Amino acid sequence: MAQVTLTINDRKVTVDEKSTVLDAARQLNVKIPTLCHLNLHDLKINHTNASCRICMVEIDGRRNLAPSCATPVVEGMVIRTHTKRVLKSRRKVLELLVSDHPFDCLNCYKSTDCELQTLVNEFGINKNTYEGFAMSQYPVDESSKAIRRDLTKCIMCRRCETVCNNVQTVGVLTGYKRGFEAVVAPAEMKGIVDTKCTYCGQCVAVCPTAALTGISYIQDVWNAIFDDKKTVIVQTAPAIRVAIGEEFGMQPGEIVTGKLVAGLRRMGFDSVFDTNFGADLTIMEESAELIERVVKNKDLPILTSCCPGWINFLEYQFPDLLNIPSTCKSPQQMFGAIAKSYYAEKIGKKPEEIVVVSIMPCIAKKYEASRPEFAPNNVPDVDFALTTRELAKMFKEAGLDLNDLPEEQFDSPLGESTGAADIFASSGGVLEAALRTAYEKMTGKKLDKVDFVSVRGMEGVKEVTIDIGGTPLNFAITSGLGNARIVLEKIRSGESKYHGIEIMACPGGCINGGGQPFIHGDSSIIEKRMNAIYKEDSGKKLRKSHDNPSIQKLYKEYLGEPLGHKSHELLHTEYYKKHGS
Amino acid sequence: MEKFNPEPKIKTLPDELYKKLDSYIDDLSVDRKDPRKKGNLIQVLHKAQGIFGYLPEEVQVHIANRLFLHHSEVSGVISFYNYFTTTPKGKYCVSVCMGTACYVKGAEKILNEFEKMLNIKAGEVTEDLKFSIDALRCVGACGLAPVVLINDKVYGRVKLQDVKKIVEEYLVATESEKKE
Repeated sequence: MAQVTLTINDRKVTVDEKSTVLDAARQLNVKIPTLCHLNLHDLKINHTNASCRICMVEIDGRRNLAPSCATPVVEGMVIRTHTKRVLKSRRKVLELLVSDHPFDCLNCYKSTDCELQTLVNEFGINKNTYEGFAMSQYPVDESSKAIRRDLTKCIMCRRCETVCNNVQTVGVLTGYKRGFEAVVAPAEMKGIVDTKCTYCGQCVAVCPTAALTGISYIQDVWNAIFDDKKTVIVQTAPAIRVAIGEEFGMQPGEIVTGKLVAGLRRMGFDSVFDTNFGADLTIMEESAELIERVVKNKDLPILTSCCPGWINFLEYQFPDLLNIPSTCKSPQQMFGAIAKSYYAEKIGKKPEEIVVVSIMPCIAKKYEASRPEFAPNNVPDVDFALTTRELAKMFKEAGLDLNDLPEEQFDSPLGESTGAADIFASSGGVLEAALRTAYEKMTGKKLDKVDFVSVRGMEGVKEVTIDIGGTPLNFAITSGLGNARIVLEKIRSGESKYHGIEIMACPGGCINGGGQPFIHGDSSIIEKRMNAIYKEDSGKKLRKSHDNPSIQKLYKEYLGEPLGHKSHELLHTEYYKKHGS
Repeated sequence: MEKFNPEPKIKTLPDELYKKLDSYIDDLSVDRKDPRKKGNLIQVLHKAQGIFGYLPEEVQVHIANRLFLHHSEVSGVISFYNYFTTTPKGKYCVSVCMGTACYVKGAEKILNEFEKMLNIKAGEVTEDLKFSIDALRCVGACGLAPVVLINDKVYGRVKLQDVKKIVEEYLVATESEKKE
């Protein structure tokens, strides 16, 4: 690509000709504030609608200020990023944004993690300069169990719209009405529960303010912990241990499994378990299902079913394909079902006396936990699903700092797991874990090299052919619902030649889930979390799900065989056609 | 054929109107890969409003599926343009001109009077679907300001006390229809 040289604040810089002024400035470490701009190269997300007008700069020879995020570089350009005029303009833009934004930072969910608040602080704006006679008023949408929408806090950056429509292709959000009345909302201003929202939470992950957040269950969980009549147990998903450290100032990708366990125990949970146990169990069932379908050559390709966001996507937009996903419940729900049956019997409690709390990197898990089919006799298998961010808040409320905690071990029996379960957190991981088990079950031979490196990585669609005992099997791995759509349309049209497909709703997998610590536009954090996941896996003594001794014991004492009668009753589910705008 | 949007459970509007709209869309030969090309959506919405009189949700979803769009996108476009409406018009549509000349001559008071008489706001329709009220921009009859239209009939130099008479005129008309 041809190179272009330009001058920013009297310093010369040479960049690709396709760059923007903002890119060039970042190369020089010149900070230009942004609010609407979002460019995540690794995830192929580029949102440049230049609507917020915060990133304005002065360019020699141009009459008007230019938005640096949307201005292409030109040879010989001379740019200044903090002249009197630029700063005045940015201040005015901020003051105008604030003039239609509630001044309630003190009790705002996003306080200290809000991009607007950060800028307003940096500019020292401490009062509403333009008090008008009207402010936008909208009721808060808490219609769903997962996503909370407060449009009074929307600054019309429209990142959520790009993510929902272009990246995830879910198509729920739109610019609705115009002028002062304009908002980003579902069709006809419906509540989110009446839409085909998948609750993937990627909109929440990119929202710069508190317009989009998760529904919080923090108080419910404290109430349960402090209720003496309840046995409260917790499970933590694999993606938490490589991300929650960020909330305590640790480097992205730092593995804090032991400290996390210590923190949960000190918070007052009666037992600290691991969703990894559920993941190992999922692999037992799912790999058996894979083998059965391959042998019978029926209902292929088999699709993984541990991601509730993707399952919602299927139920709304691909109702003709409901027969092909694996019938396995997700690890969260398998864990819940076993906790309220097998484990409940073991400790001599009734299911309703046990409260299962799960810590998830995910917003859709909140919805999944509330699905009626996962509440036999009206007792939910999982009572509350909290996000990584919510848990960090609870730790802080209890005065627990992960940095200061010792490393402790999960409790037995639902805390034991293998490396195969850890990698569920990353795109490609569920398939790799299934292959480790399926290979040994199909061939009867021991698998020496457990790393299937070709299925790993951030790529949105990966295709691999894997030889299992002389049978070549074709697989696809997709993350991000837009990529899932590509593969699903191939299945629909009969072009698909795959035996199995792993689908995760969030780009990169659960490590980039809607409930994870905010990355604020830095996608290198996702990659660091991914590397950490594989490091955690390679450090485990046991790396195949069927080698997990607690799982072996569970089948021997309780379940019998994978896909057996008891398994079907507890660990499998079905899917339904759904309606929504 | 794939559909982006689940169909509404019940469609209440007549089939023949949908058929009319469908044959119009068929002639557009919509490109699956680029549904927004040539401004298809605006054209189809315009046509649909002409056929149905308004654009309720079931029509929006129908159009979205025919044009390979999400319902949200269709709804967003409708909400942007004043011309499109999602509430039905009454049998008698009261249009009050709010152009400059009419406004100066007291059109706002006339509008308020109609709203009070019919107990609905501008943009709404009465429960029995007999009357609806709209506020319009200049209708080009400034010499007759303030101007009110009932469907296509023009009333010029309308005074506040005329409003009651006009409404009653149409109430009588609806009463006699009932008898027939």
